[in-house]
Amino acid sequence: MDPLLSLKHLQKFYASQKAVDDISFDIQAGSIFGLLGPNGAGKTTLLRMITGIFYPDEGQIILDGQPFNPINDISKIGYMPEERGMYKKMKIGEQALYLAQLKGLSKADAMEKITYWFKKLEMESWWNKKVEDLSKGMSQKLQFVITVLHEPKLIILDEPFSGLDPLNANLIKDEIYALAKKGSTIIFSTHRMEQVEEICDHIVLVNLGKKILDGTVADIKQQYKENIFSIETNQIDTIADNTIFSIVRREGNKVFVKMNGDHDGNQVLTHLINNHHHIIAYNELLPSLNEIFIKLVESTHASTRAFQNS
Amino acid sequence: MHKIWLIIQREYTTRVKNKRFLLVTFLMPLLIIGLIFGSAYLSTTGTEHRKIAVVDPNGFIKNALKNTSQIDFEFPENIDTSNYSSKGYSDILIIPKFDTTQKTNYILRSKKSMGLMLQNSISDKINSAIEDKMLQAAGIQQNTLDSIHKASQYAELKAYEDKGKTSKESNAGLAMGIGYASGFLIYITLFIYGTMVMRGVMEEKTNRIAEVIISSVKPFELMLGKIIGIGAVGLTQFALWIILITTLTSVGMGFLPADIQHQVTTLQQTNGQMGGAAGMAQASESAMRIYNMQHTISTANWPLIIGCFIFYFLGGYLFYSALFAAVGSVVNEDPQDAQSLMFPITMPIIFSYLITNMVTQNPNTPLAFWSSIIPFSSPMVMMARIAYGVPSAVTYWELALSMIILVAGFLFTTWLSGKIYRTGILMYGKKVNWKTMMKWAFMKQP
Repeated sequence: MDPLLSLKHLQKFYASQKAVDDISFDIQAGSIFGLLGPNGAGKTTLLRMITGIFYPDEGQIILDGQPFNPINDISKIGYMPEERGMYKKMKIGEQALYLAQLKGLSKADAMEKITYWFKKLEMESWWNKKVEDLSKGMSQKLQFVITVLHEPKLIILDEPFSGLDPLNANLIKDEIYALAKKGSTIIFSTHRMEQVEEICDHIVLVNLGKKILDGTVADIKQQYKENIFSIETNQIDTIADNTIFSIVRREGNKVFVKMNGDHDGNQVLTHLINNHHHIIAYNELLPSLNEIFIKLVESTHASTRAFQNS
Repeated sequence: MHKIWLIIQREYTTRVKNKRFLLVTFLMPLLIIGLIFGSAYLSTTGTEHRKIAVVDPNGFIKNALKNTSQIDFEFPENIDTSNYSSKGYSDILIIPKFDTTQKTNYILRSKKSMGLMLQNSISDKINSAIEDKMLQAAGIQQNTLDSIHKASQYAELKAYEDKGKTSKESNAGLAMGIGYASGFLIYITLFIYGTMVMRGVMEEKTNRIAEVIISSVKPFELMLGKIIGIGAVGLTQFALWIILITTLTSVGMGFLPADIQHQVTTLQQTNGQMGGAAGMAQASESAMRIYNMQHTISTANWPLIIGCFIFYFLGGYLFYSALFAAVGSVVNEDPQDAQSLMFPITMPIIFSYLITNMVTQNPNTPLAFWSSIIPFSSPMVMMARIAYGVPSAVTYWELALSMIILVAGFLFTTWLSGKIYRTGILMYGKKVNWKTMMKWAFMKQP
């Protein structure tokens, strides 16, 4: 299957630094893609290039098999920036209508879709309210509706859950899954790793303008695993270091062991069974994305690079 | 193009529907008309009444000091500066024995100081009495003098401007008035609508909606839509003002007594002539005044003035509002930044207004010429010159040159501001000065 979006050697320079330095990756149609990185890594610049706000200095963006053309392709993209904004004094219904029309929908079309989404997310009574009367979570919901209203092929969500209570966060999460199932591709930019682990199929990690990680969540965890296994047993004292593994630490009735050399997990199990250990549970300990993230970013000492533009 | 149209519509309707817009639009003409009529009313009825005791050893001045609606002159005996107020007089006027060989000072003492207008009128009366006395002393008869005075009332300066074969009545006072009023109106509206554009841009930036919109339209389209939408609000306001003022004036005319209205129409039909002195007597003073006002106003070339006013309002607005938009786009949350960044824009506007004040009195100096060509000041200054007539005060080529340069000027500022705007609108947390803004303006595509 052809990727929906393909970035080829994208570069973007500001006077003092390289905001995006030779980044390439593909995003498959219908996938939920996580774009991760510390503050100032170049994520926003990257997203602004994908949404056509900035032009890349070098490299190419291919959207849906064609070179990206900001003027015509705008209607294929829905972008919810991290810094949400609304006209505070404008009525919510009129505002949604205006923004939908700016995306190229006809008035009747926009009206129909707004009615559908407002009904779906129980927002019908909001029509004549002003944004300044909404709570932060409510305006977040409104922003989400405005982003997906025109049924874009590519939906870009920058920190979509910040400020939402768990109930509304789940509501939005379900909508994201539903949109992906219907064929929309979703780029999801966040620092919240547990959400990425839960939602994303594929992730890319950028730092200092460079891509430092690219793959599916499962592959990456395999790649960064430290061959540590957890053994739950009621006889922890009888387990000791040996040629196959060394003990890392003991915790209650669990023992964490690290493989020696290139032994695999089954050998641990065989060893334990042969020594008549009673095993309650046994599993490989994979690093969380959070741990991988911190490990990769911390080593560069540059996690807070200020965003500059001149 | 369709998207710019949507933006224009939003900018326009949200402002026109705003209660403040309606309030300003309808109250402003009422306020202006109220001020005009109110001050006219006060000037005729509101002044205090004065009773002046006159000490005049000459005797002949008594005839010249006629009582008016504001002043009663009395000539009591035994009065001096110490007792005039206890005898019920508000002022005392002491005229010394008149001597032809040297300047004579006569003295006015008052409880409350007297206004300049009244002082002048008393001084005029005394001087003309002295003048008459001297003329009589030179052998001119009293009745000859009277007829000379009467005749001089009928002389009036009428200036005409030559336009090839025809000549047209011109009126410097009216030209000054129109020039001043339109210059002032453009000055005020440049500020009002310029800062409205700036605040609109700042709102979008601080609200963070700019990024949402800019992912749908180009920054330049957003900026242009805002400028055009607010400009349309300005034009709407002017149109409503013109309609309201003309309606209110004609309604006001309807309240005049019927005989005055009749006399005014007769004067209009006979072109101001009512058969010499007899006719003058027929037309009452107020009818004559109204006719004169209407007649004077009709001497101006209104279609040209209104047409040019709209052009120069729009040109000046587009020229400056683009710059205001650029400032709005670089300001962060702090309104103080806006103040200091606005300074280089507001200075030329204020200077142009000062130049306009000079030009309304003297439309053909080199300063007037150059400042009506340069787009920074041409919207205001050229209006002041146009009021004196085209092509007599401003030649056609001057007008055309000024207009072309203004159009080129606003195209340039819009282009320049567009470049600053597209960088500034997405930039947060960085303090920007004009030097950085210029750097952005000449930077390649973002």
